[in-house]
Amino acid sequence: MLIFGERINGMFTDIGDGLRNKDPKPLQYWAVKQEEGGAHYLDLNSGPAIPKEERAAAYEWMVKVVQEVSELPLVLDSTNYDAIEAGLKLCKRPAIINSCPAEQSKIERVFPMAMQYNAGVIGLTMDKKGIPKNAENRVAFAMELVAAADEYGLPMEDLFLDPLILPVNVAQDHCPEVLESLRQIKMLANPAPRTVLGLSNVSQKSPDRNLINRTFMAMAIASGLDAAIMDANDDALVDCAATCEILLNQSIYADSYLKVFRAR
Amino acid sequence: MSVVLVKERYSSKVGEVVLGATPEQGGTRTSTITVGGDNGLPYLHFENEITNRAVIAMEVTDVVPEWSEMITKQIGDVINNPVAWAKKCVEEFGADLIYLKFDGADPEGENRSPEDCARIVKEVLAAVGVPLIVEGCDDPDKNNEVITAIAEAAAGENLLIGVAEQNNYKSMAAAAMVHKHTLIARSPLDINICKQLNILINEMGLPLNKIVIDPTVAGLGFGIEYVYSIMERARLGALAGDRMLSMPMICTVGYEANRCKEAHASAEEFPGWGDLEDRSVLWEAVTASGVLEVGASILVMRNPSSVKLVQKHIADIMTK
Repeated sequence: MLIFGERINGMFTDIGDGLRNKDPKPLQYWAVKQEEGGAHYLDLNSGPAIPKEERAAAYEWMVKVVQEVSELPLVLDSTNYDAIEAGLKLCKRPAIINSCPAEQSKIERVFPMAMQYNAGVIGLTMDKKGIPKNAENRVAFAMELVAAADEYGLPMEDLFLDPLILPVNVAQDHCPEVLESLRQIKMLANPAPRTVLGLSNVSQKSPDRNLINRTFMAMAIASGLDAAIMDANDDALVDCAATCEILLNQSIYADSYLKVFRAR
Repeated sequence: MSVVLVKERYSSKVGEVVLGATPEQGGTRTSTITVGGDNGLPYLHFENEITNRAVIAMEVTDVVPEWSEMITKQIGDVINNPVAWAKKCVEEFGADLIYLKFDGADPEGENRSPEDCARIVKEVLAAVGVPLIVEGCDDPDKNNEVITAIAEAAAGENLLIGVAEQNNYKSMAAAAMVHKHTLIARSPLDINICKQLNILINEMGLPLNKIVIDPTVAGLGFGIEYVYSIMERARLGALAGDRMLSMPMICTVGYEANRCKEAHASAEEFPGWGDLEDRSVLWEAVTASGVLEVGASILVMRNPSSVKLVQKHIADIMTK
């Protein structure tokens, strides 16, 4: 189970302030802290803190300051592909582009860029019309993205398909559809594409967020989830991911398995 | 139509471990041995590169062992003298390294003192240039004393010392760390304990490339299939990126094969089993071949004729 730390996001006040004031401290603090928590990748998202015309420079700056303190590979998270490309040029390790919906024009922009910079792609199972209501249509979009990866030569293990979870308090009916999508996506190709979720979304504006995140993650991993953009400093959540790996026989049990999961 | 071979790709590889130390490295060995490093399943030449060939350590004991005559007669008079015996193993039988076992240290046997054990190690080191593996006796407390004394006396030699077990690893891991040796971590044919022991030793501060796994093996006909499956699981774990299972493996083939009745019972006793001379050689050689196929890096062997066969076998399977 790969953990993409979600915390370096301009939606959080400290990161937003850091971006606006060009103060690397909060970004670097969370880079180190998330790595300690168990993150394997760091997601970088400027959010709305930075005006569009300054985004490319902001992503360059984010990549630079985060790489000063952490060796972890990065997930560049933006709808602005020029900003992502600016960041990709500076990444020391193969990064992941977050994200590309199943829309032809965006596929044509993102996949060649992924090949050029040896990056992975998070593919969203949606198009211009939005997120499908059911698993069937999500999987249809997933298939389009698998076909795109095949066409551009992107290896399946570098394609992360996100069947898009919505908050349980407003879109409860989506939860089982996402789980079913995960099961089906893993059967679309051999080797299978990988899967990812923006996990914290499931618990937006609910009390007991941690419990909802944790429970849904365990269900999702059992359904075929390979990675999550999530809170890498929620210890119980990271422990749960480690335990899922053991219970699914994906890694070999040892009494200290929780500790070594973080030490990888 | 040409057939395209399907090749497996792994995200990780078996770690490399260096045994012995030359004068430049703080020891006195004429050469060192590197084991491990594979990035795929053993001997699949079409799929991966085998960087380091498996090596054979020949067993030498500090007291005359109660081994089958089939073996002792080949060793000859030097069996009374571990130094001369070690020399013969290297010069005559072509051993890659020497495995020195201090059965004589056992309090219920000769109760040899730790200092005396250390003296013998120093003498063997002076007599041969190959790296050494040193194990104590089967009494855990005495073993700790013996290995600690040896580790100190041979500081810097990068011996492979052992064995550390789940209930008795701390003093040995400390000895390896302080005096710059490598450690054997033995688990009782249990992949979970194997991994846990590596974690515990590593937590004490001994780096992963200073640990060799002894998974505990069995002789042919006495559970070698189970041994194979455990070793295969560890290897697949290592290749999938499980660092705590990524160490090369040592297998005490000679000890296990010769515990089997088939390796020493006479043809008079069991006429259907055939000539003992051949049988004893083959029992150890076939046991060794079995664990080689699943990725053993260091074979600890006794019978010089079996060693000869396995040397040839290793050369054969290393050829593309």
